Amino acid sequence: MHKLKKIFATDSYIVPLVAILMGFLVGAIVMLVGGYDPVAAYSALFKRVFGSPYDFGEAVREMTPLMLTGLAVAFAFRSGMFNIGADGQVIIGMTAATIVGIKLAALPSFLLVPLAVIAAGLCGGLWAGIAGYLKAKRGINEVITTIMLNWIALFLANFIVRTFLLLPGQNRSEDIPASMSMTFLNSMFDNARLHWGTAIALAAAVFFYVYLWKTKQGYEMRAVGLNPHAAEYAGMNVGRNVVKAMFISGVFAGLAGAGEVLGVFHFQSVFAASPGYGFDGIAVALLGLTHPFGVILAAILYGTLTYGSAGMSFGADVPPELIRIVIGSIIFFIAAQGIVRWVLKPFYLKRKKEKVL
Amino acid sequence: MDVLGQLLNTTLVFSTALIFASLGGIFSERSGVVNIGLEGLMMFGAFAAAVGGYYAQDAGMGDLAPWIGVLCAMAVGIIGSLIHAVASITFKSDQTISGTVINFLAAGSTLYIVKLLFDGSAETPLLDGFTKYAIPVLSKIPIIGEGIFNSYPTTYLAIVMVIVIYFILFKTPFGLRLRAVGEHPSAADTLGVNVNRMRYIGVMMSGMLAGIGGATITLTTTGTFGHNTISGQGFIAIAAMIFGKWNPLGAFGAAVFFGFSQAIRNYVQLFEWSRDIPQEFIFMLPYVLTIIVLVSAVGRSSAPSALGQPYDPSKR
Amino acid sequence: MSAAAPVVELKQITKRFPGIVANDSISLTLKKGEIHALLGENGAGKSTLMNIVFGLYQPDEGSIEVDGKPVIIDNPNKAIELGIGMVHQHFKLVEPFTVTENIVLGMEPKKGLKIDYKSAAEKVRKLSEQYGLQVNPNAKIHDISVGMQQRVEIMKTLYRGADILIFDEPTAVLTPQEITELMAIMKRLVAEGKSIILITHKLKEIMHISDRVTIIRRGKVIDTVNTSETNPNELAEKMVGRGVTFKVDKQAPHVGAPVLKLNNVSSKSKDGVAVLNGLSFEVKAGEILGIAGVDGNGQSELIQAITGLRKIDSGSITMSGQEIANLSPRKITEMNVSHIPEDRHKHGLVLDFTVSENMVLETYYKRPYNQNGFLKKDIINEHARRLVEQFDVRTPSIENNARSLSGGNQQKAIIAREIDKNPTLLIAAQPTRGLDVGAIEFVQKQLIEQRNLGKAVLLISFELDEIMNVSDRIAVIYEGQIVGEVFPQDTNDQELGLMMAGSLKRGGNAGA
Repeated sequence: MHKLKKIFATDSYIVPLVAILMGFLVGAIVMLVGGYDPVAAYSALFKRVFGSPYDFGEAVREMTPLMLTGLAVAFAFRSGMFNIGADGQVIIGMTAATIVGIKLAALPSFLLVPLAVIAAGLCGGLWAGIAGYLKAKRGINEVITTIMLNWIALFLANFIVRTFLLLPGQNRSEDIPASMSMTFLNSMFDNARLHWGTAIALAAAVFFYVYLWKTKQGYEMRAVGLNPHAAEYAGMNVGRNVVKAMFISGVFAGLAGAGEVLGVFHFQSVFAASPGYGFDGIAVALLGLTHPFGVILAAILYGTLTYGSAGMSFGADVPPELIRIVIGSIIFFIAAQGIVRWVLKPFYLKRKKEKVL
Repeated sequence: MDVLGQLLNTTLVFSTALIFASLGGIFSERSGVVNIGLEGLMMFGAFAAAVGGYYAQDAGMGDLAPWIGVLCAMAVGIIGSLIHAVASITFKSDQTISGTVINFLAAGSTLYIVKLLFDGSAETPLLDGFTKYAIPVLSKIPIIGEGIFNSYPTTYLAIVMVIVIYFILFKTPFGLRLRAVGEHPSAADTLGVNVNRMRYIGVMMSGMLAGIGGATITLTTTGTFGHNTISGQGFIAIAAMIFGKWNPLGAFGAAVFFGFSQAIRNYVQLFEWSRDIPQEFIFMLPYVLTIIVLVSAVGRSSAPSALGQPYDPSKR
Repeated sequence: MSAAAPVVELKQITKRFPGIVANDSISLTLKKGEIHALLGENGAGKSTLMNIVFGLYQPDEGSIEVDGKPVIIDNPNKAIELGIGMVHQHFKLVEPFTVTENIVLGMEPKKGLKIDYKSAAEKVRKLSEQYGLQVNPNAKIHDISVGMQQRVEIMKTLYRGADILIFDEPTAVLTPQEITELMAIMKRLVAEGKSIILITHKLKEIMHISDRVTIIRRGKVIDTVNTSETNPNELAEKMVGRGVTFKVDKQAPHVGAPVLKLNNVSSKSKDGVAVLNGLSFEVKAGEILGIAGVDGNGQSELIQAITGLRKIDSGSITMSGQEIANLSPRKITEMNVSHIPEDRHKHGLVLDFTVSENMVLETYYKRPYNQNGFLKKDIINEHARRLVEQFDVRTPSIENNARSLSGGNQQKAIIAREIDKNPTLLIAAQPTRGLDVGAIEFVQKQLIEQRNLGKAVLLISFELDEIMNVSDRIAVIYEGQIVGEVFPQDTNDQELGLMMAGSLKRGGNAGA
């Protein structure tokens, strides 16, 4: 009980909550200025998400890749790196899963599906590992390399799909026989595209937490992230930890890719432009304060908002882009905690005074 | 040999936006503030140019209209950059994060406003934009005449800006102070240079220049602003800046290189030997080359030493 | 001299920071043409006071008068306008800039829109002639020596027309010869009509050069005395608040077999410059070998080479007969080498780890802390609790971040961790830098105790006094070479100083 009280007393929880409220407030103001009704819009948003079992299931589907890409970005962050490349890692993961799913279709599905998922994670990890390796060995800023690798992944995936996996006459791959869908939930959620990726995402968050805070390797990784110099002096291999951290980060993103192709679409498209998973992942990681459980909550929030934003445009005619403003503002307020503290200051003062009285 | 001239010309068209944006990045980062929000700032610029240019054109301003668009882009770029400045300089939040925020807010707010203004349409109405201007005499020179001296006015402006900004950074008191603030803020502070003010100026200049960069895309290439008008150019501009070692001349070279590799896409089809290369490999080329060049050449020592660190006077 | 008019008068200055009163009603008068020493321990409040005078902080109470007029100095610009200049302890120089650029920054002479570098360089040259400060106006800061850099710092204030100069611990990084030169420069400045405040904790310098001394302790003025009427012992007592002995208590060493041996070790920097240049020495069990030298002569690289953080190109390094050159830091640590690093924030601690986590920074992977890949938090905490108690590390709890500890307690934590590993060789780099007298005594006592227990101790320090007092044997390093080995009882500051400056070599095997 005492511990619980301590957790809720710290303002590390109050600040993000207030930041979220302030983000919604900014969104409301923008809507008012644009001549919309914010109350109607927000309620349409939530109605969309919680209105029907199908929509709820689909919202969960939307949250799943967000959880994993969020974890990917957060994990790298904890190890002192900014992984802008989750996008490319997702694409590589997708492509690996698609290749395995199509080319090894002869295997029984209890082998095929895990194999495809493992391939996705592994390839996503290796792709991110390139950036880690270049940072460790050559000191090249991972921000630049991951941006470049995003583009390379995009074109590489398109090349592979167009050349080896194409469904003739279409701009996509053949159908993938391997499936991660949770078909037993179909009746409950009205055929919403729920899949095992969600369970993988939750397990990944637990793994993240246990690995980083309970194991020897996680201790090293955090030390490297917080102070690489001291870590090196203490005999840790900084380069190896950098590569390993990027690898694990990429595995998370690759798994997100597996879920999308094996659980949702059942084929892989030729992408005209970056699908944007990675950038959502950055937002989710920052919203979740780069803590694994925070990331899960943030993905739920983010998924709710983006999925619900469609309802907002149907129900209240508000352009769904508004929700990006809301999300951007929330991150802004979380990043610039000084502003939030400044807003909260009168409340703190009041509380102190009350104590005195 | 027409092809060479055309290739050069297309190269410069694609480079122009990158030159402006990377110059913007230099301003910000030389003052010590990481600016990963260039993408968003370009988006603000492209959007403002499309909207401003449209209304100016509508009001019958003719040839002046695209310039009004550029002015709008400058203004909106500066306003957008202030978000980054306030968060990272005044409130000392993580610069990478607040740069990312710009990218988010730009993506959301520009499209929101476009839909508001144009009855739910996802794109702005098509503009006339700039037309190419052939410089008398010079444009008659073979190859370079066609390649360089028959370009959009914004391209000429970009080249002039490279020189002007080089001069500002390395020859003027302002430039000396800006660089000092990025290298050793407390040294500058103890000599009476206002660190935060210099950084605000650096970030706002980056907003203005990236804004112009975005504007050149709508006003010379697309003619309209939609959700994919800016898709990654800001990040390429960051790469160009790092590539060019935070020096305007270097960034110019890198931007032209990226522009070239974008322009060459359209020309590989013209030759027998290159026709069979899968197009994806051509698309990939600039990004692969960037990594290769980074691996083989650029040391990180050229980055401003105080880059990314909020200035806290109590720690001086 | 006492008849001269006051140029600066501080009246009852009080400055509070959360938790402490840094300056408690301090009054001080600087007279025209005097060198006024401000004496106090690290953390006594000297720097805070001077930052107030220079406009970097605002006092909470009290007033300042310059030339008899009350003034409010709310930023460095104002201080500069009033003719106050500060020579900072950690030089405020922009490394990639030239000497001239650094000097004119913020007050650049202009020609049109451009900086007029020609007239700027000319002004710099004139100033350097007038005050005997030799520098090359066009050299880049990272290419010139520390002594030169200090001259640039001084020129920065003179260029701005300062009449009142504040020197903050100016001798900390200089050789004895450079210190002598600096003293001459200060005398010359005073002769030219400047007034100087000298912040220091070195009594010798004060006795040598100052006219008056103000002693502060824990934010309060203890006394202001004329230098000619006092002596070092009296000053020390006032500074620390109790009697101090300068000699460190220690018995004669019981020297055993060689533990660490370096033979002809060479290493190049990234740019191909030889930073270690055929360096040889040995440290025996039961002795403290002090490495004396001016900053930047290869000390850091030497430690890095021994601890495995730097590759050597030739030569050998052995621990108890076993070759350790170019092994990984982890392997070397496991051969019972402990290391108290020079930069405790950067290299010694992960500041955002808890005290407890920091206590196992090098041993976390071993049993019992690590079992099957998982860390045993209870055992780690218990270990930390024991060390915190044994070494008197003052922290609210072991769960606090190392960042929240004071400098002295951070150092104690590192020392606790390193000594608890029961090393055969203990390397201590600048172990007392920035600590107050109490903490310094503690650290030095620990080193001597380790030596008494038969460990080999390698002490690297820029503080000549520390080297002289603590070491059993001294090796002098200059440009990556050992240029002399002497016993402290056979030498003096002057001789060491000459060796540190590279102009004297002595007894390459004095210790053997």
